[in-house]
Amino acid sequence: MSEFSLWDIVYNLLLAARWTVLLSLTAFVLGGLVGLLLLMVRTAGNPWVIRLVRGYVELFQGTPLLMQLFIVFFGLPLIGLDVSPWVAATLGLTLFTSAFLTEIWRGCVESIGKGQWEASASLGMNFTQQMRYIVLPQALRIAIPPTVGFSVQVVKGTAVASIIGFVELTKAGTMITNATYEPFTVYGCVAVMYFLICYPLSLFARHLEGKFRHVAR
Amino acid sequence: MSLVELHAIHKSFGELEVLKGIDLSIDEGQVIALIGKSGSGKSTLLRTINGLEVIDDGVIIVDGKKISDRDADLLGLRLQVGMVFQQFNLFPHYTALENVMLSPQVVKKQSKAEAKQIAEEMLAKVGLADKMMHYPDQLSGGQQQRVAIARALAMKPKVLLCDEVTSALDPELVNEVLAVVRQLAEEGMTLVMVTHEMRFAREVCDKLVFMHQGRIHETGDPEEVFSNPKTPELSSFVGGLA
Amino acid sequence: MAYKFDFGAIVPHWQLLFDGVILTTELTVIGAVVGVGLGIMGAWARASRAPVISQIVGVYVELIRNTPFLVQLFFIFFGLPALGVKLTEFQAAVLAMIVNLGAYSTEIIRAGIQAIPQGQIEAAQSLAMNRVQIFRYVVILPALKKIWPALSSQIVIVMLGSSVCSQIAAEELTFGANYIQALNFRAFEVYFVVTGLYLVMSILLRMGLKVLGNFLFERRRHV
Repeated sequence: MSEFSLWDIVYNLLLAARWTVLLSLTAFVLGGLVGLLLLMVRTAGNPWVIRLVRGYVELFQGTPLLMQLFIVFFGLPLIGLDVSPWVAATLGLTLFTSAFLTEIWRGCVESIGKGQWEASASLGMNFTQQMRYIVLPQALRIAIPPTVGFSVQVVKGTAVASIIGFVELTKAGTMITNATYEPFTVYGCVAVMYFLICYPLSLFARHLEGKFRHVAR
Repeated sequence: MSLVELHAIHKSFGELEVLKGIDLSIDEGQVIALIGKSGSGKSTLLRTINGLEVIDDGVIIVDGKKISDRDADLLGLRLQVGMVFQQFNLFPHYTALENVMLSPQVVKKQSKAEAKQIAEEMLAKVGLADKMMHYPDQLSGGQQQRVAIARALAMKPKVLLCDEVTSALDPELVNEVLAVVRQLAEEGMTLVMVTHEMRFAREVCDKLVFMHQGRIHETGDPEEVFSNPKTPELSSFVGGLA
Repeated sequence: MAYKFDFGAIVPHWQLLFDGVILTTELTVIGAVVGVGLGIMGAWARASRAPVISQIVGVYVELIRNTPFLVQLFFIFFGLPALGVKLTEFQAAVLAMIVNLGAYSTEIIRAGIQAIPQGQIEAAQSLAMNRVQIFRYVVILPALKKIWPALSSQIVIVMLGSSVCSQIAAEELTFGANYIQALNFRAFEVYFVVTGLYLVMSILLRMGLKVLGNFLFERRRHV
């Protein structure tokens, strides 16, 4: 009864999947930058800044992503900014990503022993130099596997953006389902596409984990 | 007929052949020490006796019954053959008493009261009547090892295997464990032990088995073997210790 | 144009939020208990000697961990009826949470099991315990104790993730919020308050799991 063939379904989903990828990439990159900034101010900062960043992290880790998107989506217009679902989704996911990444990276930086800080300080380095030459290069190596692993959470998080009306893979799935009445096939295909995006990232993260663990020994 | 008979036991780990045809019989009430350098295969041999290592080839006969590597056979074997480990391996989430009671209760399906009575008896026997409610990490190494012995004894095994039971202990704690093993030997318990305590082996054991490169190189009465080693390998092993 | 916040507009509808909190709690409790149970069985299967079962569980874990919860939910609620499996909104939501948490906790618990020293298992074998007895009496409790913080975090994540169950009209907290904002057009205020409610719930859940962990793994003298 539907005039959609399986190929039509897949083709339309693929078109929408581009937006999933784009939103994921944008949120991941911007979130990474914000997260790095937060990490910097936190590592250098006074107790109040630390408390503030910790509160920020707990807020985003302790509330649903959907609520975060809703607040951005319905809140920004109240201060006179009319935002599209794309902007709201990007902003919401960026904040979400930054909170998680800054927390992951904090753990990595803290795993660099006090001795490294003290040794570099005793060589007369200032904070920026210590970070730049001593701490970050070491922390980066430990940080890469969990960071890649978290990218999977970002991709999956973009599905929630469908609820504020951003047309990505999941939203397209809903729209196609409404047209075809074939939810089993359509959502099956949607799931497969997410899997095809996420699974390689998961494998890569696991591979890196094994590799760096090896190096550490 | 011997209690345990091993015939032509072979065991390899990958390319490495650790046991190259072992024949050994253990009589009831016998106290046997396995000695030899590390890597000689003595621990592996001990572990084949209760099926922790599955043999590649050969025959194990316990109490007249041939043991295959089927689960049911292995469980039956382990009911007869207890084991005490170098690292004690007490269960950290149970008290000393619970460690000893666990297997009689769940494996032998004894009632709680019955299991408790036996456990208390065994813990008293190893001198720990006052530590029954302690958790493993509240006990010294020597006390933990004595709990481990009590735990094995509570299953009423016919043979007790001891795998370097004092090697992980601080020197001042070694004697309290050896005293318990000695007491068991005197009571007629069948014991097979891998040990580096040569003086203890000489005093307590009926039979000494010297292993070298996966084979039984020399065996006999401890006095005889120690004072008059027939092979240069044993001679250098014993000499190296003196 | 200055917007005037009116949080008072939520007050008349408090009952909806209350009902939502209750339903979210129910979803979470059932999802967590059954999901972790599934995870324990999954971890057991992963460690089992039967490679086929282990691989099937492995595929399940990877499928779930690499697709969004929302899509899993849609598949269960909209897709399964095509196979003749019709579920209510609540059933579908609970099932999705169980299946989701089951996969994550399988991986988490498996890591805990792998961290149990081999000597523990050998000691239990030497006491003539069979596989089931070893798992039940020697392995699972210390394993769970080791990974309890990670498992707790995952349960909180699943609770927060349940907010998308509003999309299949399961009447949990977010559903209540959507309903209220449709009545009073105060979307921001409603979602702001509900976000606060979720935050409180996640803090309470975390504390509750900590207490439960202390209770489960505390040293109790059974005899």
